[in-house]
Amino acid sequence: MRTEALHRNAVILAALVAASVTACAQVTEDQQKQWLGTPAASSHIGHLSGNAKAAAGDYRRYCVVCHGELGDGNGESAQWLDPKPRDFTLAVFKCRSTPTGTLPTDQDLYETIARGLDRSNMPPWNTFTTQQRADLVAWIKHYSPRWQTEKPGTPIEIPPEPEVTPGRVKAGRDVFARVQCWKCHGAEGRGNGPSASTLQDDLGRPILPYNFAEGGRFKCGSTDADLYRIFMTGLDGTPMPSFADNIKPEEAWDLVMYLRSLQPFPSKEKAIAKSLGLTPVSTTSTGP
Amino acid sequence: MVSCRRFFVAVISLSCLLASFTPSAQALPAFARKYGLRCSACHEAWPMLNYFGQKFKDNGYQLMNDRDSPIWQNPSYWPMTLRITPYFHRESTDKLPDVVDAPGTTNPSFVRGLTYSGFDHSGLDILTGGTLEKNISFLLVPSADETGAFHMESANVRFDNRFHSSWFNFKLGKFELDNLVSEKRILTLSANGGAYQLYHFIPAGDANIFGQIGDNQLGIEWMGHSVNDRTRISAAIMSTTDGSPDVPYGKNAYSGFFAASQAFDVGKLGTDRIGAYAMVGQAPTVFLTSGGVPIPSTGTGNKSFSREGFVGQFYFNKLNFQVVTQHGTDSAWFGAGFGNPIDNPGFPNNGPGVTLPAGTRNPSWNGAFIETHWVENPQLVFIQRSEWVHMSQQSIPGTPSNLGNTDNYVFGFRYMPLMNNRAGLAWHNEYAWIRQRGTAPDGSDTTSSSVMSGLDFDF
Repeated sequence: MRTEALHRNAVILAALVAASVTACAQVTEDQQKQWLGTPAASSHIGHLSGNAKAAAGDYRRYCVVCHGELGDGNGESAQWLDPKPRDFTLAVFKCRSTPTGTLPTDQDLYETIARGLDRSNMPPWNTFTTQQRADLVAWIKHYSPRWQTEKPGTPIEIPPEPEVTPGRVKAGRDVFARVQCWKCHGAEGRGNGPSASTLQDDLGRPILPYNFAEGGRFKCGSTDADLYRIFMTGLDGTPMPSFADNIKPEEAWDLVMYLRSLQPFPSKEKAIAKSLGLTPVSTTSTGP
Repeated sequence: MVSCRRFFVAVISLSCLLASFTPSAQALPAFARKYGLRCSACHEAWPMLNYFGQKFKDNGYQLMNDRDSPIWQNPSYWPMTLRITPYFHRESTDKLPDVVDAPGTTNPSFVRGLTYSGFDHSGLDILTGGTLEKNISFLLVPSADETGAFHMESANVRFDNRFHSSWFNFKLGKFELDNLVSEKRILTLSANGGAYQLYHFIPAGDANIFGQIGDNQLGIEWMGHSVNDRTRISAAIMSTTDGSPDVPYGKNAYSGFFAASQAFDVGKLGTDRIGAYAMVGQAPTVFLTSGGVPIPSTGTGNKSFSREGFVGQFYFNKLNFQVVTQHGTDSAWFGAGFGNPIDNPGFPNNGPGVTLPAGTRNPSWNGAFIETHWVENPQLVFIQRSEWVHMSQQSIPGTPSNLGNTDNYVFGFRYMPLMNNRAGLAWHNEYAWIRQRGTAPDGSDTTSSSVMSGLDFDF
């Protein structure tokens, strides 16, 4: 069942990427300039409204060296960077609150700019004013035709976080085994699963799974809710799929608690896992 | 005697100013290479920092992601930058003392002007800095003057984000004081415009060299800031040596420097910042002597001095203003010429039985500068600075109230044809004019000017 879901997601993603690449291959600089004046090249974050044109200077000053003049991720530094800078012409983003395959909300992009992306060269740009960030979100959107024809997805609902209990941590371990997280992330969450060395992003570049035991910040945030969101929406453009079809909301919180126990920091989840004597999952588990 | 000494100090100060064109600015393409960012990411206009660059510096030269640790760097990466400026310049001073025409010519004069021009080059800065480990960083800047004589401009190690908090950062060594408007990243370079007068002001006849907040100092600093750097606060304790090694002056003389600032979002205009600073310290006036010559490191009889003021950085799209004010006060002992017989053995030593001349008071002054930048784009910046330092109280009664008052005006622009993540090149053009009241040998004003055009580059 899980394999089918993975395949389905992969097919959808591949189709989206292919469609985007095809569309973008036809995008000219003139078209991008034309899109600057459209309503799609604006942003709305709470009471803030971003204007793409107002961000031109900031983009040139701070962003162009990696993301490139055309937003295609081919800035002058791109050749040295791993992972490569985001290609805005594809409009495929890792950090979203929306279902896999859909466009992110303006709020998602706004938060990503300020948070930065660990294990990449994207630093936290939290020195921008809120208005500057809103303008940059609008600017990013003018690079892709997807923003002209599609609406962002509806953010997934995250139920209230339940209390951490031994039963939930243990159930989370079962989910970890059932949906085969270990295949990429390893039985102990060290990012060394049997598939780890074969992983590639949608553009065919090698990519590593997250190492929970290292304790670094997650790609898309650091809270429990961020972790929940990551595996329920997936990281588009990477092999990390959405598990929204495979994991029920209450199970998702169980998985969050188990994943926390794999991190090196002292936590209630870790203490519970230790007291329960939880061992790493069996790598002979079969998928859902 | 006092008048001669005052005159001597004024001339020495002016000479030092003219000879001090060694920018020692800190702009490191090594950081740009490390992170793959253009210089414009951290510099409003190279080498002046923007808000993001200030945050990078405050985090110990870290962007605060996992790529900060040196383990992420290509093994061939070397965190080193060289900076030098070849240029053409014209210097002019309208009154110099004891200038005699060449032998065989007529019309000898003892007070006359001097103008010269020619091709030249600045000193050399070797700037190395980066992380030794995540949250442990260093800055080392061996710097040569234009003759090739080296000194250590900066040498410090930082420990950042102690206790997982951005409020606990410590730095030990020789470092720039936490001046929001940094003279080490000044956009003007000429002999008469390459330094902030306010950061180095010494009243005529005063011998206190230790209150120069523009000079790097030896000490330890605690600095704390909010995660996004909106709020900054720092406190440093330094040996009162004006950054000189070997503790050559007092046996037990220390100074403190305190700074705090708060930034505010102003919507589309960006982020403005206001703050305040204070330097308070003590320096010796009594030295042991051997054969009449003061012995280094023996100074006692500490007397006090202070400098305090406000700082503002205001942005209006392409236009920005940097404003610094200062009120300064020295002990009357410094005002009377005591304080530094080590560098100037002719200066008085506060030995047994020495008393202050009757009526001597604490010299004090007020000053400010406004530096305006029009940043057309990250590659073209126009600069104007107006600076005034005026005495509010002379140390010696009867001294002209405006003696030593300094007015400085600077204009220029820098065009950077290169803007990449590997090197920096600026075509720098500047005119600077300065007037010091009553410091000419005949008691009139001294005015000097500089014109320069050069290529400022680092790689």
